[in-house]
Amino acid sequence: MPLLTLRNIETYYGPIMAIRGVSLAVEADSIVTILGANGAGKTTVLKTICGAMDPQKGFVTFAGDDITGTDPDRAARKGIGHVPEGREVFPFLTVEENLGVGAYTRPRVDLSADLEMVYSYFPALAEQRRLPAGFLSGGQQQMLAIGRALMARPRLMLLDEPSLGLAPRLVAEIAGIVERLNREQGVAILLVEQNARMALDVASYGYVMEVGRIVMEDTCERLKAATDIQEFYLGMKDQGVRGRRRWKQRKTWR
Amino acid sequence: MSEVLQLLLSGLSQGCVYGLIALGFVMVYKATEMLNFAQGELMMVGAFVAFTVINLMGLPFVFGVPLTLVAMVAFGMGLERGVLRPMIGEPPFAVLMLTIGLGFVLRAVAGAIWGNEPRTLDVPFAGDVVNLGRIVLGVENLVVIAGTAVLCIALWLFFRYSRIGVAMQAASQNQLAAYYSGVPVKRITSLVWGISAAISATAGMLVAPIALIDPNMGLVGIKAFAAAIVGGFGSLPGAIVGGLVIGVAEQFAGRYLPAGAGEVSAFAILLIMLFVRPEGIFASLQQKKV
Repeated sequence: MPLLTLRNIETYYGPIMAIRGVSLAVEADSIVTILGANGAGKTTVLKTICGAMDPQKGFVTFAGDDITGTDPDRAARKGIGHVPEGREVFPFLTVEENLGVGAYTRPRVDLSADLEMVYSYFPALAEQRRLPAGFLSGGQQQMLAIGRALMARPRLMLLDEPSLGLAPRLVAEIAGIVERLNREQGVAILLVEQNARMALDVASYGYVMEVGRIVMEDTCERLKAATDIQEFYLGMKDQGVRGRRRWKQRKTWR
Repeated sequence: MSEVLQLLLSGLSQGCVYGLIALGFVMVYKATEMLNFAQGELMMVGAFVAFTVINLMGLPFVFGVPLTLVAMVAFGMGLERGVLRPMIGEPPFAVLMLTIGLGFVLRAVAGAIWGNEPRTLDVPFAGDVVNLGRIVLGVENLVVIAGTAVLCIALWLFFRYSRIGVAMQAASQNQLAAYYSGVPVKRITSLVWGISAAISATAGMLVAPIALIDPNMGLVGIKAFAAAIVGGFGSLPGAIVGGLVIGVAEQFAGRYLPAGAGEVSAFAILLIMLFVRPEGIFASLQQKKV
């Protein structure tokens, strides 16, 4: 049985239907990605999973329990670590205090081993541990947000656009760390990305979303080979001599 | 010289009271972005609870104070749970009006329960003075200052080192991220209201030996609001400093300037501050993220 299952989720922003019946599954120990353009509803899916938004219809099941519409802190307690989009750190708390808040669900536990674990993945954070998180660079803040979620020892991590606005070298570094976390810590990962190339390299299974629906799902190997994906998400175009292929498909001259 | 010192002392002790109420304002504002204009009334209720426990039930002062604080934490949490939480998501203006109305209700209810005539709180040190040469210092004033200092240190330790205190800071800096980290933000918010009610109640108990307790004593909340702005809204140390500035200025203006100047000095300072340095003494660095 999968660790996380979504069945026919429908979520609204007021009158606007953002998710129009999404079903997906994440197996324990796997990395699954959701691809899609802006406004496809990827972030809303994550918010619905962790309970920041309540679905109007459908069910969310995690580790055998129905967690539909639970509060985000409850979801965190159950083992879902959500790393939201846009480096959401606590700017006036130090790096170490930020990590401490990440372990809020585990009171009265010696955190030094966990801190060392996080610092081993993100050595840059160890050097800045006494610094307020607001002073960190963008990439370091993203690392801190991931590290903070790790402190709760989650079974599933929801990563929302971890590569957003980062330099290509940092994107590669984050991708490597995501893979290592999955392999070494046994955390299942649901990765939402616009950077499809990175996401497809890291993940084993992928879903493609368009305006609130899942329009395609397959293993990442096969998604990478699919022509639609190549054209729309990877930017590869099989243009023949002088782009003959596009000329044929062209319907109008305007 | 001795007159200046006396004025300074009574100004500081009055300022501590403003500062404590302002502290309550700022804590609630930082946690929930609500302005609680019933903060002064919470002080009044706290003073009356202490009056009930100590004068009417006859408990000794040292037991009455902690009992009052516990009762006020419960009262503040109950207010949040019953009155304010249903207002989440409503326009800030509606919440503001609600807290103003809440102040009126608390005043009326307190008048109905305890009567409108002024009362005094029995304290062991009432009327004592300390003589330092030619300077005479009222013990009540010293107790206000010492009590405020102790409370501030306790709060600082709480926010700096306790798990819940750090979580409170986290929730006020980034509510959603705190939620995702497993911090039960709703319960934390309740607790913020409870603590802020207890701080106001402390102010009420400290000021009770100097001023009298009556249902309208909470109106100093307006001056405390001015203090919070002067200190830089959103800064906890700023609230105390703003309170001290206004308290001291009030005493000196009352003594050396024409009649009535003392009463308006708090607002005069507020106006000047808004012209000169609108972000307050301790400008909070946090820019509003939209």
